[in-house]
Amino acid sequence: MDVLRVEKLKAFYIMESAGEERAVKAVNDVSLTVRENEVLGIAGESGCGKSTLLKSLLGSIRPPLRHMGGRVTYLHRDREMDILSLPKEERQKLMWQHISYVPQGSLSVLNPVRRIGDTFRSFVGAHLDIQKDPDRFESLVRSHLQDLGLPVDTLKAYPHQLSGGMRQRVTIALATILKPRLILADEPSTALDVVVQRGVIQLLRDIQTEQHNTIVMVTHDMAIHANISDRVAIMYAGRIIEEAPVERIFAKPLHPYTQYLIGSLPRIGDKSYRLSAPGTPPSLADLPPGCAFHPRCPNAESICRREIPSLSLAGRDHRVACFLAAKEDADVGSSEALGSQ
Amino acid sequence: MAFLKRYLLPRIVQYLVVIFIGGTLIFIIPRLMPVDPVQQTLERITIQGAFLDPRAIEQIREALLELYGLKGSLTEQYITMWRRLLRGDFGPSYVQFPTPVMTLIRISLPWTVGLLVTTTVLSWIVGNILGGIAAYYSTRRWAQLMENIAMLIRPIPYYIIALALLLLLAYALPVFPVTGGFSIGRRFVLSWDLIVDILKHAFLPALSLVIVGIATWFMTMRLLVSNLLAEDYIVYAQIAGVQDGEILYNYAIRNAMLPQITGLTLSLGQIFGGALITETVFSYPGLGTLLYSSINTGDYNLMMGITLLSVVAIATGVLLMDLIYPFLDPRIRYE
Amino acid sequence: MLKAVKALFQRDRRFLFGFIVIAVLFVGAVLAGFSPHDPRLWNVVPRDLPPSSKYWLGTNSMGQDVFWQALWAIRNSLVMGAIAVISSRIIAVAVGLLAGYRGGLMDRLLMTVTDSFVILPLLPILILITSIFKSRLSVTSLGIVLGIFGWAWDARVIRSQVLSLREREFTYTAVLSGMSTGKIIFREYMPYIFPLITATAMNNMLWAMGMEVTLAVLGLVSLEIPTLGTMIHWAVNSQAMLLGFWWWILTPVVLCVFIFLALYLLSLSINEFLDPRIRVQRLQGIKG
Ligand SMILES: Nc1ncnc2c1ncn2[C@@H]1O[C@H](COP(=O)(O)OP(=O)(O)OP(=O)(O)O)[C@@H](O)[C@H]1O
Ligand SMILES: [Mg+2]
Repeated sequence: MDVLRVEKLKAFYIMESAGEERAVKAVNDVSLTVRENEVLGIAGESGCGKSTLLKSLLGSIRPPLRHMGGRVTYLHRDREMDILSLPKEERQKLMWQHISYVPQGSLSVLNPVRRIGDTFRSFVGAHLDIQKDPDRFESLVRSHLQDLGLPVDTLKAYPHQLSGGMRQRVTIALATILKPRLILADEPSTALDVVVQRGVIQLLRDIQTEQHNTIVMVTHDMAIHANISDRVAIMYAGRIIEEAPVERIFAKPLHPYTQYLIGSLPRIGDKSYRLSAPGTPPSLADLPPGCAFHPRCPNAESICRREIPSLSLAGRDHRVACFLAAKEDADVGSSEALGSQ
Repeated sequence: MAFLKRYLLPRIVQYLVVIFIGGTLIFIIPRLMPVDPVQQTLERITIQGAFLDPRAIEQIREALLELYGLKGSLTEQYITMWRRLLRGDFGPSYVQFPTPVMTLIRISLPWTVGLLVTTTVLSWIVGNILGGIAAYYSTRRWAQLMENIAMLIRPIPYYIIALALLLLLAYALPVFPVTGGFSIGRRFVLSWDLIVDILKHAFLPALSLVIVGIATWFMTMRLLVSNLLAEDYIVYAQIAGVQDGEILYNYAIRNAMLPQITGLTLSLGQIFGGALITETVFSYPGLGTLLYSSINTGDYNLMMGITLLSVVAIATGVLLMDLIYPFLDPRIRYE
Repeated sequence: MLKAVKALFQRDRRFLFGFIVIAVLFVGAVLAGFSPHDPRLWNVVPRDLPPSSKYWLGTNSMGQDVFWQALWAIRNSLVMGAIAVISSRIIAVAVGLLAGYRGGLMDRLLMTVTDSFVILPLLPILILITSIFKSRLSVTSLGIVLGIFGWAWDARVIRSQVLSLREREFTYTAVLSGMSTGKIIFREYMPYIFPLITATAMNNMLWAMGMEVTLAVLGLVSLEIPTLGTMIHWAVNSQAMLLGFWWWILTPVVLCVFIFLALYLLSLSINEFLDPRIRVQRLQGIKG
């Protein structure tokens, strides 16, 4: 069963400089579905729009980001809710109990002048009546921290007093305290060293085993996807260019960009490693015509320079947006375009 | 210890440097003066008194030079000035000779401090809260109205606001007394009546200071908070569904207060200047009025005394605030 | 640059207002040169006349034409402000560049002095100075005195900009390619510092002109020279309001309000233009 459906979502940063408007097309015609209980991985190099996609999924679209079209529908208690047109109060109710979010960068997301405990209080207090029963709140937070293996003393600390790994665990604890059905996690392990990274990923896995949530996991690190994701969507220049179960992505990547990602996969934990293909990613404000990847693609043909490939079925549960891959692949005869059903 | 060295020491050095620069300026400026104050005083004495023999005059001149700190070479004078300053002795007033400047200041000081502290604290708090609210709800009509009002008041020279208020409230609506700090002829016995009288007299001066103060803090706070609204921790809390009031107070205002404390510290000197103007406009009996009368009578010693004292007072205020600051900002406290 | 100014005109009504007011006043200041009377002389016209077709803004108790007096006041106040702004800009840029670029001990030393000037209660010190020189202070010398005291805050602003520029790529490239310090500063830094100089100039002008009004009202500048401050001084000290000569006091007061508001709005609008973060907030506000 699906818990989230994204249809043709477009969200651009509209910038103006010297009186001219410029659109940074950070989320450009993205369609995807998230199924119950799965871990959906989203990968792509820095600046391709992953965080922007998550923010849009959370309904947090504010200037300079603008919603340019498409829908984001959550299925909750047999109701379909379009989060982008939901009244603010309804959206707030949906948050944290049903959908929650682990933001990117753990230092900047915690209020620097309040203790961690106070942050828990305001986040939980927004959804449960903790005034009435402060003891229950205390024990809820304590037991949750203990479950995640975090010292209770953390509650008394200020964000800058904690190490990066600790803060990241705190944001994860904060996001999971109300046992949400769906967790959107944005690079929860980036900028941590390897051992800590593994710990954080393990933590998320444990939570998922325990709470049976669905997780959307954004990270540019393919090794982590290999480790935790059930399905992986690859993002390039604001679009999803390939989407498949994790085994298949690694065994049979179809898009030349995905092939680079997999091909350049280093030994696990090599810190110097960053996703990269030859050449540089295009500016999202000034995309090349046709397939955005064609300037870096070794086998680009003339059609790639003219038309934008759509995401088409290329095998079981495998979709790719590439004219060449679809042609090559024998499994599928025609490149039948696939929207949402 | 590291905290002492990194945070405290530079502040104490700063304190000493402010006083040093202020003192030195105040030492140099009057010495550029074309008239000789000793000669002036002597002339006044000889005009008043009938005849004095030249030796007596010479003695008086010596005594005056000593009193005014004008004896010896410039270096000696400079050292004498600091020595006197450390003792809290600013010499005698030229005009109300031989009353020490310090005595005159001591009488006026409580009026100014009372007015200044109350209005500064009040306008700082109100201005910051209103500014924070207006920034958070910047799309609402009332918030934009508040901003426009503050924007109109903010740039007008303080003197003009005070004058307008004086004309408007005291002549057009004569509810509050226009001038003075208390009713003339009142005896200073502590009583309810006296307090009411003083408050009534302080109302207009205080109101003018508060209006301008609120507008100033409002404008900076509005800017600070509207910048803060893009901070990750505020966006995160909003996504998490934390209530607006909670975010506004505990996230936005709390964080924006910290730079505002620094702002308050740095603008103390300017605020003090504002209070001086108020006092002259409303003839309120504080340091400003004393300064104004010293300008009119050419009482340089008194002027220097007031200026020096304000330098020391403001530097001390700044130092005190710097000492309090780490208690408010955990990031500095726990480094 | 031109495009930017054009955009400001189109987008920002505050900029438009400020610009028009300042432009009109500037024309007025130039016209002052065509005044039929010497602004220092008394009794050149009948006294205490209300506004009429002959004396547009009436005459005052000293027998001066308020209209021409006001034009002179605008001219002198603007000239005084401009001199203060230019001289304080020179100090602020020099101190800011030196402290920011050299860093280390030099930076600490200069910033301690700068902060001292920020903290010092300038009004009493300026009162001390002006009360000593009083009538000897010309428009130019008062401007310079205000410039000498009004640079500190802006030096700080410029310094922090230089500090952040120093960390950027192009500084390293420039240093490595053997560019001289002077060249680096003028070629690479000036494009970033220049907008700051413009933006802070408006605020400084506000401060300097406000200070002039204050000092003049206290009678601490040369009172024969017509400025906005001295006009108010004469009107208040001659009890213009009590005697009902409202045109005499209202003219300088209204002019003050317009000039200061215009300068302030200009500075707000330029600052916003330079800081994209605030611009975004505006956008949000407009969108509703
Ligand atoms: N507030 C903003 N204003 C303008 N442009 C922005 C803003 N935030 C992001 N962008 C631009 O949008 C694009 C996508 O940014 P986004 O943060 O979504 O990338 P990302 O894939 O999450 O990158 P990373 O891996 O570095 O986190 C980038 O080109 C970025 O420069
Ligand atoms: Mg990101």
